[in-house]
Amino acid sequence: MSPRDLPRDGPELTGKALHARLEKTWGRAPGLWGWLSTVDHKEIGVRYIVTAFVFQALGGLMALLIRAQLATPESGLIDPDRYNQIFTMHGTTMMFLFAVPVMEAMAVFLIPLMLGTRNIAFPRLNAFSYWVYLAGGILLWVAFVLDVGPDAGWFSYVPLAGPEFSPGKRIDVWAQMVTFTEIAALAVAVEITATILKQRAPGMTLARMPLFAWAMLVVSLMVILSMPAVTLASSFLLSDRLVGTQFFNSYEYGDSLLWQHLFWFFGHPEVYIIFLPAAGFVSEIVQTFSRRPAFGYTAIVLAFAGTGLLSFGLWVHHMFATGLPRLGYAFYTAASMTIAIPAGVQIFCWIATMWDGRPKFHTPLLYVVGFVIVFVVGGLTGVMLASVPIDLQLHDTYFVVAHFHYVLIGGAVFPLLGAVTYWFPKFTGRMMSETVGKWNFWLTFVGFELAFAPMHWLGILGMPRRVYTYPAGLGWEISNMLSTIGAFVLAGGVLLFVLNALVSMRRGKVAGPNPWDAPGLEWATSSPPASYNHAHIPVVTGRVPLWENREALPVVHGLRVDDRELLLTTVIDARPDLREPSAEPSIWPLVAALATATMFVSSMFTPWAALVGAVPVAAALIAWFWPKDPNVHPEPVID
Amino acid sequence: MGKPRFTADLSPLPTHGFGHRALTWWGEIAFFLIEGTAFVMAIAAYFFLMNQEQIWPPPPFAPPDLLAGTLFTILMLLSEIPNGIAKHAAEHGELRKLRRMLLVAAAVGLALAALRAWEFDSLNVLWTDNAYGSILWALLLLHTLHFATDWVDTLVLAALIHTRHGIEGRRFVDCAENAMYWRFVWLSWLPIYGLIYWLPRLVS
Amino acid sequence: MTTPSILDKIQSAAGNDGRHGQLISELFSVFLVVTLVFYFLVFAFLLWAIFRRRRGDSREQPLRAILAGWVGLIALGLAGLTTASWVFDRRLARADSGPALEIEVIARQWWWDVRYADNDAHRVFRTANELHLPVGVPARITLRSSDVIHSFWIPNLAGKQDMIPGRENDLSLLPLREGVYRAQCAEFCGLQHARMALDVTVESPAAFAAWRAAQLRPAAAPAAGPAQAGQAIVTGRQCASCHAIAGTPASGQVAPDLTHFASRRTIAAGTLPMSRANIAAWITDPQTPKPGNNMPRVPLSPAELDAVTAYLETLR
Repeated sequence: MSPRDLPRDGPELTGKALHARLEKTWGRAPGLWGWLSTVDHKEIGVRYIVTAFVFQALGGLMALLIRAQLATPESGLIDPDRYNQIFTMHGTTMMFLFAVPVMEAMAVFLIPLMLGTRNIAFPRLNAFSYWVYLAGGILLWVAFVLDVGPDAGWFSYVPLAGPEFSPGKRIDVWAQMVTFTEIAALAVAVEITATILKQRAPGMTLARMPLFAWAMLVVSLMVILSMPAVTLASSFLLSDRLVGTQFFNSYEYGDSLLWQHLFWFFGHPEVYIIFLPAAGFVSEIVQTFSRRPAFGYTAIVLAFAGTGLLSFGLWVHHMFATGLPRLGYAFYTAASMTIAIPAGVQIFCWIATMWDGRPKFHTPLLYVVGFVIVFVVGGLTGVMLASVPIDLQLHDTYFVVAHFHYVLIGGAVFPLLGAVTYWFPKFTGRMMSETVGKWNFWLTFVGFELAFAPMHWLGILGMPRRVYTYPAGLGWEISNMLSTIGAFVLAGGVLLFVLNALVSMRRGKVAGPNPWDAPGLEWATSSPPASYNHAHIPVVTGRVPLWENREALPVVHGLRVDDRELLLTTVIDARPDLREPSAEPSIWPLVAALATATMFVSSMFTPWAALVGAVPVAAALIAWFWPKDPNVHPEPVID
Repeated sequence: MGKPRFTADLSPLPTHGFGHRALTWWGEIAFFLIEGTAFVMAIAAYFFLMNQEQIWPPPPFAPPDLLAGTLFTILMLLSEIPNGIAKHAAEHGELRKLRRMLLVAAAVGLALAALRAWEFDSLNVLWTDNAYGSILWALLLLHTLHFATDWVDTLVLAALIHTRHGIEGRRFVDCAENAMYWRFVWLSWLPIYGLIYWLPRLVS
Repeated sequence: MTTPSILDKIQSAAGNDGRHGQLISELFSVFLVVTLVFYFLVFAFLLWAIFRRRRGDSREQPLRAILAGWVGLIALGLAGLTTASWVFDRRLARADSGPALEIEVIARQWWWDVRYADNDAHRVFRTANELHLPVGVPARITLRSSDVIHSFWIPNLAGKQDMIPGRENDLSLLPLREGVYRAQCAEFCGLQHARMALDVTVESPAAFAAWRAAQLRPAAAPAAGPAQAGQAIVTGRQCASCHAIAGTPASGQVAPDLTHFASRRTIAAGTLPMSRANIAAWITDPQTPKPGNNMPRVPLSPAELDAVTAYLETLR
């Protein structure tokens, strides 16, 4: 029990006076030190999002190089060694450094705001995870610039990626980068799970939680259950390469298919880890712009959970050509088909929300429309590929390249662009240009279709994947040229999006707290939110709180304002339970991340580094967790 | 936004709670899931490699010697006694008993570390010899990593609990959660012990 | 003269020149029709949602009923497609049975080591980067790899199977149309994955028998002149340490068998068309058309190059 005379929010302390006290407690020191030691989820989230988009640009540049090379047959533009690095960097960057991190980053920013709490759970772990992610990305790209970039594809099959056929450091870089990014992703998943389960606003039962929060809960559990497989696999690969283990060596009782099973056990859920947050975005956008609560809330939640669950049972469909028993394959065909059911449910519910509502086709909703048009194509080509006989023709051809770009760009990037546009006022306090946004959407949509539609045909016409060139006379010239043109148009669209964002940050229309008249709790904060998010913790009575409480939002009060305090509620019913002290800014996450990065990078050169390097990591972690003196209060604010 | 409508007063709420009321408990469960999944994947890899072969371990390698691993297992199971007492003491605010038990746990951990080192020496195969050796060492190393992490955690808490920070409510929660982690360490060991030491003897 | 069409391409899954490929194309058509129907339904609903004239009241209840129906429809469609897939899988398996021409292919970075099997050891022969098949006769290819994972794929005839070191997979073919086709490695196998193609010739059984008889003959001794000098160089220097030529002392096993080299359509697994000029170009510098491949540059004087080229041209 805390003494009654400590300052708390409530009827006596509200409005501007409360804001001043809360800013002092929840703000951080200005300047570089403050920036390096911040634990504010909004700041870290923005940092993550910006970094992820930088990696997307780098990955996109790789794509343009690929398309430039393949525009014509026997093009001598890029030599095979560099080309193989380039396509590996494209896939690796997009999957490990952009797609998953950007989705987690959006969640890091949005979830605490949507749930009505002041910060994410485990704020210092959040800071740590960003630095570890950044270190992994830097490792990969510095290696590439130094011509030591990985060159065995983003899924790095052995024995090609093993010590005998890929000597040198290239694959070590890839495998260790995986370790970095998986640690970061797992950390964020743990934070999001804890935040969603324990930090929801009073009254926000699980059944009233925003659909994006449901999506992120499922995604976080998927990350937790799938990423250990790839971490184990990449560790086995590193140890085969560096210390002589024989996991994948068929001459010493090992098996190269062990790699494929471990990798794809992660790799298949991975793509739904990328898709489900986007499905969450779509649910939120469709609701706001149709001006009615999402149709089929329960069905959508069940579909999220069903997708998450089923996604763990499909991985062998990546291995249909490896010669495993046919009877086993039949199970994976059935499971791969079944996952189309929850997908179909979601698509119906989103369109039904628009059908039944009064939709306004602002840019975010345009992206949702584009998403439906493109993603469903990808889903249906996926159904085709689920059939073993069809897959045996189309596996490892450009048909598959078309399929996964339709589901990844249609299913994740389009919703992401819509989401960034939608929440842009919350990030920055300004609106993105609506006019540019509409042009942007059409440019991106047309560019995408031109770039990827011809690839279906190329696959059917026999063009395999991952080839640095192809001969003339096989009928592939026109489709490749169209695809290249489309890629550059798509790049133009993405560039326009970035320009719109950059210019709008300075010159966009200033936004109030809720420019879209949306129903979620994040729209009850200022744009951008103050360091403490909500002045008073809101009470929730339904799924669309701001639509249900237009005059005044009910709030609880009594949290301390002189110390970082947030509210823990019970898991199912969200009844107030504990006042939880929230972590202060600290430099130790950065120090620990540096120690971790040093340990991982040096262990690529000698295994002893893992042992020796663990000592500074342990020291940093102990310093991180060592409690501060219990009786320190900040200076009282004098009005 | 309008004027807020004040409802409940939260100031009587406590600032720490045990078990699933605590945020860190959920973080710990999440880590169990992560580490447990890693163990499951490694065990699955073991079975995958074993199923490719007729004879396991591949000749001429003999299964690991039983003594070191069995002694380790017995001591691990016994360590639940001070561990359980420590958890109970933490949840009931019994500071002196908690201090004693943490020191006992730290000492037991030292003995276990010595036994674990001996275990590595008793495996009768090196990680470079073949995939069987590789997966065996991997399983043992994975478990050692968790054991070592919790032991260091115990040492830090044993130190902390003797300082002025020892009287904070938060510290008791930390100790209770550390005790829960120790349970994960020995529970996850049991199937791995069976796999490393007994399965090759049962299938050959 | 048939009208050239996209289906006449020699490396195309739409070619339907083999029984397996035809069955798969039929199955694909079934899938295409069903998936197009579903796409149309979704697209139509989307358009309606965009352009519908609103009349105020919410239609929650009917939408729920339609959702249930939609789920049922999807389940039905998927069940149908799964059944179709299974039915065609069975038909494909039936096309695999029966006595067949046995061929073994071992994939290596970045070429194909081909061995035609036979119960009579004297009728076994080895070639590289090519396959001849009699039309209408089933063939069973045993697939192995000596280094990394490759994948064997003749799109005009059938689906692909991976070639995995330490494992043996097999692929059945039943070519139905005479013609020349191009196969290509379909699993990224390193630097020159893009230049690992295989020339396939499907011919009448008589033509196949003639080809096979020719393959069984050792290399003919060349007439006096540059070709003879070339033989001395090839069998006496480094070439023989990697390549084999039946009927000569050259018996290297790690590179393509050259006994009937000049009868092939291409050089270096589809990298260059077979011609005197290209043979000379390849020997002079194998690293430019296919950088990183395992054949080193062999230093030869212009006269020696001429002789070697002349000799290799005799290996038909």
